[in-house]
Amino acid sequence: MTLLQNDNGDPMILAEPGPDLSDIVVLGVNHKTAAVELREKLAFSAEETEAALKLFQKAPSIREAMILSTCNRVEVLLVTKNKSLAIDTISSFITEKKAIAPAHLKPCVYVHSGSQAILHVFRVAASLDSMMIGEPQILGQLKEAFKTAVTLKSTGLILNRLLHKAFSTAKRVRTETGIGGHAVSISYAAVELAKKIFDTLDGKTILLIGAGEMAELAVEHLIRSTASMNLLVANRTFSVGVALAGRFRGRAIHLEEIPETLKTADIIISSTGSPAYVISKDQVKPAMRSRKHRPLFFIDIAVPRDIDPDINRIPNAYVYDIDDLQGVIRENIENRNAESIKAERIVEESVIKFTEWYQSLDVVPTIIDLREKLGAILTAELAKTFQALPLLTETDRQAFERMAESVIKKALHDPARFLKNPGAHRNKAVYLDFTRKLFHLDP
Amino acid sequence: MSSLLFVIILLYLLSAAGYIIFLFAQKEVCHRVAYGLMTAGFVVHTALIGFEFYRLGYFPAQNLHQTLVVAGWALTGVFLLIKYRYRLNILGAYAAPLATIVIIAAFCVPSVAVAPTPMFKSLWLVLHIVIIFIAEASLALACGAGLIYLVQENAIKTKSSRFFLKRLPSLEFLDRTGYLFIVTGFTSLTIGLITGFIYAQLVWGKFWSWDNKEIWSMITWLIYAALLHGRLVSGWRGRRAAIMAVIGFAALLFTFFGVNFLLEGHHDAFTK
Repeated sequence: MTLLQNDNGDPMILAEPGPDLSDIVVLGVNHKTAAVELREKLAFSAEETEAALKLFQKAPSIREAMILSTCNRVEVLLVTKNKSLAIDTISSFITEKKAIAPAHLKPCVYVHSGSQAILHVFRVAASLDSMMIGEPQILGQLKEAFKTAVTLKSTGLILNRLLHKAFSTAKRVRTETGIGGHAVSISYAAVELAKKIFDTLDGKTILLIGAGEMAELAVEHLIRSTASMNLLVANRTFSVGVALAGRFRGRAIHLEEIPETLKTADIIISSTGSPAYVISKDQVKPAMRSRKHRPLFFIDIAVPRDIDPDINRIPNAYVYDIDDLQGVIRENIENRNAESIKAERIVEESVIKFTEWYQSLDVVPTIIDLREKLGAILTAELAKTFQALPLLTETDRQAFERMAESVIKKALHDPARFLKNPGAHRNKAVYLDFTRKLFHLDP
Repeated sequence: MSSLLFVIILLYLLSAAGYIIFLFAQKEVCHRVAYGLMTAGFVVHTALIGFEFYRLGYFPAQNLHQTLVVAGWALTGVFLLIKYRYRLNILGAYAAPLATIVIIAAFCVPSVAVAPTPMFKSLWLVLHIVIIFIAEASLALACGAGLIYLVQENAIKTKSSRFFLKRLPSLEFLDRTGYLFIVTGFTSLTIGLITGFIYAQLVWGKFWSWDNKEIWSMITWLIYAALLHGRLVSGWRGRRAAIMAVIGFAALLFTFFGVNFLLEGHHDAFTK
């Protein structure tokens, strides 16, 4: 029963903010609570997600559910009338399926409910809960997870509304704050710098020495930010170079050709496993003369370094190694963190708006709204009638008014009874939402 | 007249403030407003010079006050024109304060009445003055582009200051624009000197009289000629070109002010 705990370490059966809002529950692990080994183990594949959602749909305690599984988080979002039972169902499913001891899982799991859960979902969507604040992938992953759940019909009125609100909040955060601006990855930082050296990257020549994921990513970013660019690939194994060049529509060259290529290349990205410098200062100096001192930008991603750092002293030659690029990124991350304060405010506004909508789904306010609406119509109509009938006495008028009152009461009797108890296994919220729409109670 | 001058100073000052705010805040609206204010200032400035021209009957560049007014006018005019063609907004943070300083200096220098002589009423003289000032304005802006280049280059080389890296344009762009200013400035300087020689021939009967101003003008001209030659033949660009642009402008300033204050020559009367 008390397998899981909420944020404060209290058993989760305690601390429920409101009777209805607390139906919304999110539980999961993320990069802050669980190490990568555990997250890897917990991650849901597409098939596993489908199987889990189908199983959750059958559980009587769970009304709506969706699963978000990325490399940094695994979360289950649900609407339940019996929170503890629902959480038990889910956690026993996970410990069984993933073969993880409950004692191992327990300290890593967080459970939020009510407005805390809503806040959490909005923050995740707006990339405020990400490892790299402002990274853009999470929104797409959340949309994908939502689509899967919608296809399986495991979400309903509340989660649909919640997720749509989360998406629009995320979009607002992205457009109104600088949270998504500035490069925060090595390859983006390299492109940003290249654009501060060269006016345009169109028609420039890139020389890629060696291979590696980060170097290829940098090449990809460079190519994507220009219309036309020449790529040369130099690799110790020529066939590897040919294959890589083919992928980016470039040309492979031999390592021996590098000094000659320095005369024409503009951006050099190096990431070889070589223990010694691949390009020395003595090679660059004469090359600068023959290239008429046009700028030359070296991006050294290798550890140990490939490019002699002294080359940075040659006029119009610029060398950035991995630490320098990290420095560029670090400052941008600080900027993002400052912008995230603005983003948090936007998210909080959205939580309040969603909560208002949610609470309007309660029975009593809906019936009161209905009565007021009918009352207003009858009052207006009575006033018109009285004007047409000037001979009526005060007593007559009071009789008409009493009649109007009882019409409202009788007319609303059955709908009110139905809304208070729509029958077992029926979702009250759906009918309430429908009623509000039918009578246009939320102008 | 001084009230018009005051209006010009105010407009340029506000424009300079706008450009400096733009440097820090990087908001589009700042440089737009600053550009508008500068244009307004330029219109008033042009009207002022036109009015003086009409009132005196000769081009008003015969004493230091008038010379400075014309220098500031040429600087603003060239900047507005170049800015209209190229997206070099950041240069405004250099041009607008510089123009403001020049006009404030003009405001502080009393306008000494000069006895008009028929010597002043030559078309060659007007051409000589206007073209020389356009050259000086272009070369002042080349110096500005060079300074910005040096700041940006330093930011990229030392990897320390991200403040400028983010705000200033790319090195290639600064280098290319600086080159454009030098070409414009050098061409106008050459034409300006030729018109000066022709005027000298008309007034004094000789093209060249080993006057201090003439010698220093030639030195300045040679510096820029060397810079262009280096660029075209051995590809001097980047840092070296930027430093040369700054040195060239320093020589130009000396030719403009230094010669008149420290040395003597036949331009004396025009700048007292």
